[in-house]
Amino acid sequence: MADKEYLNEIRNFCIIAHIDHGKSTLADRILEQTETVAQREMEEQILDNMELERERGITIKARAVRLIYKADNGKDYIFNLIDTPGHVDFNYEVSRSLNACEGAILIVDASQGIEAQTLANTYLAIEQDLEVVPVINKIDLPSAHPEEVKEEIETVIGIPADEAPLISAKMGTNIKEVMEQIVKYIPAPKGNPDDNLKALIFDSYYDAYKGVIVYVRVKEGTVRVGDRIRMMATGAEFDVVELGYMGAKNLETAKELRAGEVGYIAASIKSIGDTKVGDTVTLATAPADEPLPGYRNVNPMVFSGIYPADGAKYGDLREALEKLQLNDASLTFEPETSIALGFGFRCGFLGLLHMEIIQERLEREYNLDLITTAPSVVYKITKTDGEVVYIDNPTNYPDPSVIEVAEEPIVKANIYTPSEYVGNIMELCQERRGTFKDMKYLEMNRVELHYDLPLNEIVYDFFDALKSRTKGYASYDYEVSGFVPSKLVKLDILLNGDIVDALSFIVHSDKAYARARKIAEKLKDNIPRQLFEVPIQAAVGGKIIARETVKAMRKDVLAKCYGGDITRKKKLLEKQKEGKKRMRQLGSVEVPQEAFMAVLKLDE
Amino acid sequence: MNKTTGLYIHVPFCKSKCPYCDFYSVRYDKKRAMEYAKKVIDNIRFYEGIKFDTVYFGGGTPILLADEICEILTAIKPFITDNGEITLEANPCVTDNYNICSLKSAGVNRISFGIQSGVDSELKALGRLHNSKQAEKAVNIAFDNGIKNISGDIMIGLPNQTKESLSYTLDYMTDLPLTHISSYILKLEPDTYFGKNPPTLPDDDIVTDFYLHVSDCLYKKGFSHYEISNYSKPGYESKHNLKYWHCEEYIGIGPAAHSYYNGKRFFCDRDLDDFISSPLQKTIITDDSPGGFDEWVMLRLRLKEGIDFLAAENNFGIDKEFFIKRLKKIPGELYCLTDNNLSLTEKGILVSNAVIGILTDI
Repeated sequence: MADKEYLNEIRNFCIIAHIDHGKSTLADRILEQTETVAQREMEEQILDNMELERERGITIKARAVRLIYKADNGKDYIFNLIDTPGHVDFNYEVSRSLNACEGAILIVDASQGIEAQTLANTYLAIEQDLEVVPVINKIDLPSAHPEEVKEEIETVIGIPADEAPLISAKMGTNIKEVMEQIVKYIPAPKGNPDDNLKALIFDSYYDAYKGVIVYVRVKEGTVRVGDRIRMMATGAEFDVVELGYMGAKNLETAKELRAGEVGYIAASIKSIGDTKVGDTVTLATAPADEPLPGYRNVNPMVFSGIYPADGAKYGDLREALEKLQLNDASLTFEPETSIALGFGFRCGFLGLLHMEIIQERLEREYNLDLITTAPSVVYKITKTDGEVVYIDNPTNYPDPSVIEVAEEPIVKANIYTPSEYVGNIMELCQERRGTFKDMKYLEMNRVELHYDLPLNEIVYDFFDALKSRTKGYASYDYEVSGFVPSKLVKLDILLNGDIVDALSFIVHSDKAYARARKIAEKLKDNIPRQLFEVPIQAAVGGKIIARETVKAMRKDVLAKCYGGDITRKKKLLEKQKEGKKRMRQLGSVEVPQEAFMAVLKLDE
Repeated sequence: MNKTTGLYIHVPFCKSKCPYCDFYSVRYDKKRAMEYAKKVIDNIRFYEGIKFDTVYFGGGTPILLADEICEILTAIKPFITDNGEITLEANPCVTDNYNICSLKSAGVNRISFGIQSGVDSELKALGRLHNSKQAEKAVNIAFDNGIKNISGDIMIGLPNQTKESLSYTLDYMTDLPLTHISSYILKLEPDTYFGKNPPTLPDDDIVTDFYLHVSDCLYKKGFSHYEISNYSKPGYESKHNLKYWHCEEYIGIGPAAHSYYNGKRFFCDRDLDDFISSPLQKTIITDDSPGGFDEWVMLRLRLKEGIDFLAAENNFGIDKEFFIKRLKKIPGELYCLTDNNLSLTEKGILVSNAVIGILTDI
């Protein structure tokens, strides 16, 4: 029998908080409280280091840190603080991170109370049997009303909040109390270091020198340097080159990771695709009978074409996508060509936020100017000859005459909301072709609604629409449940009589007309007047269902006297030419990049 | 044979600043005006040997400095060709028999009045100091003193301007003994009062109609639309301004004056004190390789005479086909094409920026 005493000194936990409620500030304070005990002068350095990392965005991926805390009882405790992403797109990742913990600190803003965003994650945590420790932050604010917030926590979430520490992470007030509660209330991990190895992968990132670094929570058994490990879902095997803990400043190597511990493994892994979040690491020599529960193969749900604004940057875009993919196995891409936009990539994402993050990183970190097409989901088409094809690009949508059955993906959506907004939400779901399943009262005035919704109705802006109709109080998550037959049509947009492939999309036939009108209007507002009149048409199967016209330009002249300042005139024309470079020439029509983006935001 | 050159003199003094104007000017001050004039003469003398066939006093409000300008003209008389066109910009409310008479004697043979509108409420909105009566009187003073070449500015796209008020202005203007009319579209410049406190202006479509109305009306009164902003009776085109569009050289003297001389475009900084205190004006090059194809197309298309294909071939090695190919992207009603020449119609002039953009898209 191995000694399991060490387990009593470990606390694995995460922090759940609404954006701006002080998650990173509290994390910083916890860091201070732990590291500074031993070496006060290290303080500045640690924080500086963290800040630098944050600037570089490394903390986005550095999702766990190990700290030593000397408790009031005189004992040293190992705190493993595991970060969680906070959006429905990453629900699965959140659930895996939570699964690596025994407890969660729930931060609630003393002036704002519980916000919808934190609820879904809190429920997830409770579902996973985590001990939730509420903390009330920002008590230094004049508008703080901690007693009411405590009550809210008890009634809305249903956990005791009597003892919730009242803190100010910003001022450093009462942080010690939080630390003590972590020791007191969050259970020590369980597990047997002698069992067959089962380690949960909750994150991974690519390091140029060491290959993929896998973050794991060891549930059972022990892993040592030199062990041959196997990823149970993918079957890939590797030899452990290095392992250890995530220190506040850098990785700290160790000889082994035992059940209950959180750490990293480096095993010369070249592809992040081999280290899927949620997979179980076991030993090739003595494999576990079965993997840890909960693993899911995460497939991209939303697709869109990404094109460089400047065609010459195609190579740069490919390189950037390859680099991002090293750290993000859920991002997929393959080359595609558009008549309108030239050479680009069809990219697959977990959801819309994921798509936005990738776009932003491409633009910011790789300095690329992009044109993105409207996001599409995957449609399952059974042709008349029996062939089944999956279409993620509207351009490739088959001619209706060869389609036997068209199917679209459906999700099971769980919507959490204060009961007063149920009417609004039902209306929204109705508009989005949702099917009501049932409604559960969680509390007196909180309900959970279950709907089946077509994925293509929620990929654009469902989250925003939900927020705006519930004053931000509702939250939701979803899970794709399969395909169902649907009356789908391909809507084409014609400019000056020519179809613009990059603007085509698939839509339910009942919605085609309204959608077409809206898009035509948007385009009209976003295409500048040109020397010729530009007709904008929307068509389904060759039949025009909406039309707008961009009137011909009538005035674009420098009819002002600038004396002999010819250079000024010349510069104005050069500037105009520069502006033109940002336009796409589609046949005889010049279309600004913004027009492609504008059709994405139809609900504004 | 000596080459002749244009001379532009920027007179940066005004009684008050108009809210739309972003030309360089300071409040009028007699002492500084005298210092300025002396320095202008010094600067022109630097170019000794050059003959000027056009002289243009622009501003600012040059007529405020009538005495000094007479001095300047007397001093530089040997530099000016016999039939040189000597223009002076004038503000109607500063114009009187005395200064016109002196200026005429000193050689001024063309006056450009900033009339802007025949409607007093519009003049007021523009912050102009004169009214329509004064403008009428000023033009007649000039005419009666033997200055037969008189230009008037009008502005279109003014706050509260209507087609009726514009028609009134046009009738008013064409009843005056004017040989030349410049028509500008009011544009809000960022560093002006209007730029910072934008008035409500008629929308672009209305301004477009106004512009076409002006052209139509002036055409009927015998004015030829020889340049985007300029109309004249036959033979009364501004010789000086044509130099700009013909890519000919001119020397600019005074703060904020632009020059095109010796193959370079440059200007004098907008700083009167610096101008007065420097032995010679300091210039800043804005373009050290002017005269390119784009510039040529841009300037030629401002003119009724337009682009001469032979000249394009000879000067830039660009043949007619080049233009014909690009014209396919331009509606036919916007241009006028002959065997040798391409010019813009009235509607074409209104979208000349876009047209120039297409024609210079290599």
